[in-house]
Amino acid sequence: MKKYTLAVLVENKSGVLAKVAGLFSKRGYNIDSLAVGVTEDPEISRITIVVQGDDQVLEQVTKQFNKIVDVIKVLDIEGDDTVERELALIKVTADVTTRAEIIQIANIFRARIVDVARNSITVEVTGDESKIQAIEKLLRQFGIKEMARTGKIALVRGPNKV
Amino acid sequence: MTIGSPEKVTGARALIKGLEEEDVTTMFGYPGAALLHIYDELYDSDLRHVLVRHEQAAVHAADGYARVTGKTGVCMATSGPGATNLVTGIATAYMDSIPIVALTGQVPHSIIGNDSFQEADITGITLPITKHRYLVPEAKDLPRIVKEAFHIASTGRQGPVLIDMPKDVINGEFEYHSIETVKLQGYKPTYRGNAQQIKKAAEEIAKSTNPIIYAGGGVISSNASAELVELAETLMAPVTTTLMGIGSIPTEHPLNLGMLGMHGSKYANYSVQGSDLIIAVGARFDDRVTGKLQSFAPNAKIIHIDVDPAEISKNVPAHIPIVGDAKIVLKSLIKRVKQCNSETWLEKINEWKREYPLTYEQGKSIKPQFVIEQISEACSNAIIVTEVGQHQMWAAQFFKYKEPRTFITSGGLGTMGYGFPAAIGAKVGRPDKTVINIAGDGSFQMNSRELATAVQNDIPVVSVILNNGYLGMVRQWQELFYDRRYSHTCIKGSVDFVKLAEAYGALGLRVEKPSEVRPAIKEAIASGRPSVIDIIIECEENVFPMVPAGAAINEFIGLEGNK
Repeated sequence: MKKYTLAVLVENKSGVLAKVAGLFSKRGYNIDSLAVGVTEDPEISRITIVVQGDDQVLEQVTKQFNKIVDVIKVLDIEGDDTVERELALIKVTADVTTRAEIIQIANIFRARIVDVARNSITVEVTGDESKIQAIEKLLRQFGIKEMARTGKIALVRGPNKV
Repeated sequence: MTIGSPEKVTGARALIKGLEEEDVTTMFGYPGAALLHIYDELYDSDLRHVLVRHEQAAVHAADGYARVTGKTGVCMATSGPGATNLVTGIATAYMDSIPIVALTGQVPHSIIGNDSFQEADITGITLPITKHRYLVPEAKDLPRIVKEAFHIASTGRQGPVLIDMPKDVINGEFEYHSIETVKLQGYKPTYRGNAQQIKKAAEEIAKSTNPIIYAGGGVISSNASAELVELAETLMAPVTTTLMGIGSIPTEHPLNLGMLGMHGSKYANYSVQGSDLIIAVGARFDDRVTGKLQSFAPNAKIIHIDVDPAEISKNVPAHIPIVGDAKIVLKSLIKRVKQCNSETWLEKINEWKREYPLTYEQGKSIKPQFVIEQISEACSNAIIVTEVGQHQMWAAQFFKYKEPRTFITSGGLGTMGYGFPAAIGAKVGRPDKTVINIAGDGSFQMNSRELATAVQNDIPVVSVILNNGYLGMVRQWQELFYDRRYSHTCIKGSVDFVKLAEAYGALGLRVEKPSEVRPAIKEAIASGRPSVIDIIIECEENVFPMVPAGAAINEFIGLEGNK
């Protein structure tokens, strides 16, 4: 099984996301992450999908994407030179004895403390998947109460558009 | 771009105008509360609306109409249950790539999502079984959406498109503008095959000594039958067709090997297995065709011509893929090829043809194959429509087809109950042709109430029921693979089909002797009325040849019917 990152440009209309997701569920494949947002053109949305599978399956899924009337373009950008980012919010159990250490870890990862309460700290971290996994691993010892991740977004480096 | 002067219209009026602009003359439907405005418009429209008795029949009829005419079929149903009753028919059309536009009513926008009375999320339900679907946001969007829907349904790989119209859209008023062009960024089918690929294909063909052309429904959709036959004759290459490709080359053409696959002729399957080159045109290597994938055509290079890039290398890897319209690609391919060195190959195939002909044993009782032969002789130019099961395979094997769009069957989805309403649609589309629905006693009962539609609208379709008292195909599998344990497949004596026909005001005939078959067919056709011929056939006759599911296509079983 290989990991793939697909960038899909679609018409900003209802039902498109369901259809795109449906192509994976139809074949029993789970989506690792999925991020959707509007692009520089308000009529076009960009979906970034991370999924695992073999080459043949991905080729078939890509072809099926292209068949969807509202899909404008599909690109496999895995292996391309890309800028990739994901954002996570992590709510960590914290008290007076651990608070300083958590803040220190956050600083090392250039993460931000976005909320502090008597028994918790919420950390906002941005980066690629491995960075987020690394900070998650370190914070786990204090007890992660809750975590939310955006899913990966990516752009190919350089002046060219998808 | 817009033309014409603006005029205030309702969504309902705009829909009818849009349909007229798409040259729709006929539609099949069933009214309901959400559609009242549209039906009011139809009251004094020139559009012919055929009222069915169940929405499933409306979509099958639109499908049958589309298959025989090549035009886009149109059906309509109300919100909720009306719309959900279309689902099987939409899936049937989707699997066979048939262009239809299905119109559904919907509850008003203000109460969508509230589980309102007669509400169903039909765009959600049909997501995986439509080529595209619309939930119309506002009345003013209707002209554009109707235009786009017909464009999408009828171009590229054809298929069903659904337009779901909330009641406020149908009733809402706006200034009408007709739409001239369709603008769809993400939809650009490829028609012209890549010249480089076509050149490569021609080079491969020149090297082949054992070529075979494998033609599917795509040849019929793109009206490429003449080109298919020309290619075969130019190359001197045999042609085998899928169930959907039947009619693309005349049955009696010397290069035609008939159908391949699970119930294909033995010589067609042997030829595929022995070939060194398969030229696949508008076919998708379905599991009923290939059998066990690993053993399929072990020595063959594959040229795959298809308008849908997603079909290429989906099941069987193609050596030379050509994405494009069958007719256009074949035309340019024909210019680049000449006769193959296939003499020895054709001799070998003729040997197989002599050794393993499609045949059956005549007995005292009526054999279903005999009935099909009789129909073939009595009305060789008829359009044959089928239900699904044993009779469908016999109709595929034993009728001598002369031209495309004369064999109408649910190939991909295998929808029992498809045949009779599709035959009604076919007859509406081609009133000049004799239309015969070949049915089983099981399938016919699934939509037999459409006799009312045929009688009320005076649509003289002849249904020939091959009545064996069983759900025959399932019974055959039970006989062969489940030790003759006929669990829930015996339906003997479920209804008197003659009386049933008469109850609806149709002609009913019963046939119990071989000698009565031909006269009954003639009588039914001559009557000019919707008719049902109940033919009591040999009850445990099997469809042969047969390749069991999952076996290689040259591994036949139980060849009693195919000496």
